Amino acid sequence: MTDLNTWQQLIYYFQHNGSYVLRQFSQHFLISIYGVLIAALLGIPLGIFIAHRKKLSHVIIGIANVIQTVPSLAMLSIIMLGLGLGTRTVIATVFLYSLLPIIKNTYTGMENVSDNIIDSGIGMGMTNWQLLRLVELPLSLAVIMAGIRNALVVAIGITAIGAFVGAGGLGDIIIRGTNATNGGALILAGALPTALTAIIADLTLGFIQRHLEAPQTRS
Amino acid sequence: MTHYLTFDHVSKLYRGGNKAVDDISFTVDQGEFICLIGTSGSGKTTTMRMINRMITPTQGSITLAGEDLANVDPVKLRRRIGYVIQNIGLMPHMTIQDNITIVPKLLKWSPEKRHTKALELLKLVEMPATFLDRYPSQLSGGQQQRIGVIRALAAGQDIILMDEPFGALDPITREALQDLVKQLQSELGKTIIFVTHDMDEALKLASRIAIMDNGQIIQMGTPNEILRNPANQFVEDLIGHERLIEAKPNVETVGQIMLKSPVAITPGKSLVDAIRLMRQRRVDTLLVVDENRHLKGLVDIENIDHHYKDATSVSDIMTTQVSYVNEKDLVRDTIERILKRGWKYVPVVNDDHQLVGIVTRTALVDVVYDAVWGDTDEPDTQSEQ
Ligand SMILES: Nc1ncnc2c1ncn2[C@@H]1O[C@H](COP(=O)(O)OP(=O)(O)OP(=O)(O)O)[C@@H](O)[C@H]1O
Ligand SMILES: [Mg+2]
Repeated sequence: MTDLNTWQQLIYYFQHNGSYVLRQFSQHFLISIYGVLIAALLGIPLGIFIAHRKKLSHVIIGIANVIQTVPSLAMLSIIMLGLGLGTRTVIATVFLYSLLPIIKNTYTGMENVSDNIIDSGIGMGMTNWQLLRLVELPLSLAVIMAGIRNALVVAIGITAIGAFVGAGGLGDIIIRGTNATNGGALILAGALPTALTAIIADLTLGFIQRHLEAPQTRS
Repeated sequence: MTHYLTFDHVSKLYRGGNKAVDDISFTVDQGEFICLIGTSGSGKTTTMRMINRMITPTQGSITLAGEDLANVDPVKLRRRIGYVIQNIGLMPHMTIQDNITIVPKLLKWSPEKRHTKALELLKLVEMPATFLDRYPSQLSGGQQQRIGVIRALAAGQDIILMDEPFGALDPITREALQDLVKQLQSELGKTIIFVTHDMDEALKLASRIAIMDNGQIIQMGTPNEILRNPANQFVEDLIGHERLIEAKPNVETVGQIMLKSPVAITPGKSLVDAIRLMRQRRVDTLLVVDENRHLKGLVDIENIDHHYKDATSVSDIMTTQVSYVNEKDLVRDTIERILKRGWKYVPVVNDDHQLVGIVTRTALVDVVYDAVWGDTDEPDTQSEQ
């Protein structure tokens, strides 16, 4: 293997460990997705709630902001103390980091729905639930999606670090590379798919977001 | 008898003791077009929004179609009441069809029925069916507000609330929409409560106008009543002097402003009699009437001066071509004729062509003066000609 340059080694590695890389990739991806999904399940309702209760918004967004400022490695370690090694710790970390962008964007999206539109919705006899479902949510969906996109890209990065607490994922390959002598190719074998995943996630969600943004101008 | 809509001593207090609406009572019958007009902050919007319970009164009660609104479910109530606001409030993420049929959808109409209704309403405002699939942003402001108006009719609402719906439109579009609303209202027999800042709009549309100031209704009446008898200075200011001047002659007839004792003479009288009469009444012309007071002609001092040597009676020298107006004519027309032709006065006749009075330029001055300064002092010294 030493005769080959780094790129040739990389291709060789992919050819011989393809299924292992794929397994780590899907592990990585799922951890990120789970964390973000759980954050969305909590964050979107919370964002909606504080959009209707302005006084609470400062408190909730403030807390989410504080969580965000903790360095990810520190956060992983703290949570590890509670949840031990493994995927659960990483999912929990991803979840915590995803909360802020999701809550904040949901709040902003709801805030940005014009008062006139809300007023005419109520004036036509919508219940609160109908107003939310037919007006506020559809109109803030693009902004909420931007928050999820933000969260997912960050999550993919955090999951890479999560390999340190034994959660697996593409970070696992990187760690092997850093431990091996002359492990450059191995590091790349983990880092490249990680970067690619982040980029593709970003592009895909960006596309969905733009799609949601302007149904009114599509013809 | 019971009215369609009744406000009974209704007040709305906001925190801090701000009385947005202060003890107002009025009634509206079905099919009326009521315009609420007043200065900014006078409580128009608050009054209107209490009708669909967007705002709850602090005191008093509101009755609509026999029901006390305090006992009505607000959501159900609002689906029965059309609602149009200034900034249109179309849903940007819904197609025109979905926008038009929001209330029918809330009322769980079938998709087919909703589609039929949307088509029907679009036809009513002469817009093509292709608009159904468009989004609001693809329509002009005027077209959007047209949709806003028909949306308020989609579920067969009997009463429609409109809060300065055309305030943001250019004058030509606004006029077209005013015509549309007026036409829809009279054809479909809807009751409309319409808030506006624009007196011309109110005069054009309203069957009755309610003038508001400081949370109270200062005056409520038909446009003509308000123009003819503004309740106080505030109302006059709101109407504006120009409109009052324009409006007075519009509604007044010649008979109302003429002087009723014209100086007249019969054709058989001698010129000496004529001169004596002129001198006595201090006039320079005499109207000539027969025994039945039918207008025959006119003599003026110049004629007499030229002919007093070769003529003896009034009939010899009188001018028979006299312009006159009927007592039922509108002052508006008379003003034009007198002012344009420079006449000092015009004789007024009734339908039998009998002389009943004259309209002088001075009388027209009074009309304009009254309009400007109010009917404070009735002209009792009637100087003739
Ligand atoms: N939510 C509120 N809280 C406190 N005061 C209010 C509130 N809404 C309105 N007001 C006050 O009530 C008064 C009447 O307001 P309203 O909106 O009915 O006026 P308006 O006649 O519609 O004025 P405009 O022509 O500017 O629309 C104003 O003094 C306003 O400041
Ligand atoms: Mg208002």
